[in-house]
Amino acid sequence: MTEKSNQFPQWEVFIQAKNGGPYEHAGSVHATDKNMALQNARDIYTRRNEGRSLWVVQTDNIFSTTREEEAEFFDPAEDKIYRTPNFYKMPAGTTNL
Amino acid sequence: MTDEQKLVHFQERIDAGEKIEPKDWMPEAYRKTLLRQISQHAHSEVIGMQPEGNWVLRAPSLRAKKILLAKIQDEGGHGLYLYSAAETFGIDRSEMIEQLQTGKAKYSSVFNYPTLNWADIGAIGWLVDGAAIVNQTMLAKCSFGPYARAMVRICKEEGFHQRQGYEIMAKMMAGTNEQKAMAQDAMNRWWWPSLMMFGPHDSSSAHTSESMKWKIKVESNDSLRQRFVNRTVEQAHHIGLTVPDLNLTYNKETRNWNFGDINWDEFWTVVNGNGPCNHQRIAHHIKYHREGEWVREAAVAFGKKQQKQNSLN
Repeated sequence: MTEKSNQFPQWEVFIQAKNGGPYEHAGSVHATDKNMALQNARDIYTRRNEGRSLWVVQTDNIFSTTREEEAEFFDPAEDKIYRTPNFYKMPAGTTNL
Repeated sequence: MTDEQKLVHFQERIDAGEKIEPKDWMPEAYRKTLLRQISQHAHSEVIGMQPEGNWVLRAPSLRAKKILLAKIQDEGGHGLYLYSAAETFGIDRSEMIEQLQTGKAKYSSVFNYPTLNWADIGAIGWLVDGAAIVNQTMLAKCSFGPYARAMVRICKEEGFHQRQGYEIMAKMMAGTNEQKAMAQDAMNRWWWPSLMMFGPHDSSSAHTSESMKWKIKVESNDSLRQRFVNRTVEQAHHIGLTVPDLNLTYNKETRNWNFGDINWDEFWTVVNGNGPCNHQRIAHHIKYHREGEWVREAAVAFGKKQQKQNSLN
């Protein structure tokens, strides 16, 4: 933030749409404390019952990979096709497997 | 990689239909164009609350008032989704607000027209939001991830805006002669500004070709405008409204409604700050921004107190 910023700290908002489902990122809000962040997130992102539960996390606490390091970062997974079921040859006629 | 190679790689990603995320490498011009476009889009949503706010206390029924309040709240929400998308570039929101208040950043010039009678609320929902939906449905396919995602969310909500507007128009067109005249009057005043919302013709649009190459937009101003006209003319006729354009004709071959010349002098007059309400809109924004200062101060003080208490526990 710039020095002359008069903005409240920024929080990222995650919404769980249905019970048992994943929390998905929706956007961000500004708030001075966690309760205000939750209330603002409710008013901004769930005006039509889009969620049944919310997470808010201060933006500064989120770290991410970048496109530039994508290949190198994820390449340990690339040559391990034996982690998937289709890698294995089953005898002809095998069922339920 | 050199910058040139990065640019080639960037274009390949765009051409392959990939979305660009805030931390990915991007050409400076891509970042600048999007930042300008997203912040101006955000300002439009926020300033757009004012012409409608004019009618909250004069809404003809409790039902109408509740709907109008919900719609205005949506517009505020849309502004916030968009500021949030712009902030992914690392720009501070204060900077954007300052650009709006000093006139450095523009907003959609359609909001510089006044709302003179209740039918204007119908015309704004049906025509202005209708035009915005055509534009925003296209923008939902934009190559910049945060902007595209905000657009998907906004488009879902705009459907209600357009239908409530058309309902007002239809009700008034089924009413007394006086009500019909009010609806037609609103139609006459909002039709052309709505067509202008799509911006200059492709032949004279400064940003179109680069924006298309980078999929910041995926359709041109003129083709979007034509789609809007085709949809809207028939809706107007359906409830007995006349489109205020003597040159309006249906072309059976192209299946398009051909329309008359847009008054671009008026468009540029309003864009350049000399429309009926430009001054009023910004003065209002500054006034309430300043009057809210003590609320923000109190919230910051409360936040600090909470933090202190938490650290003592």
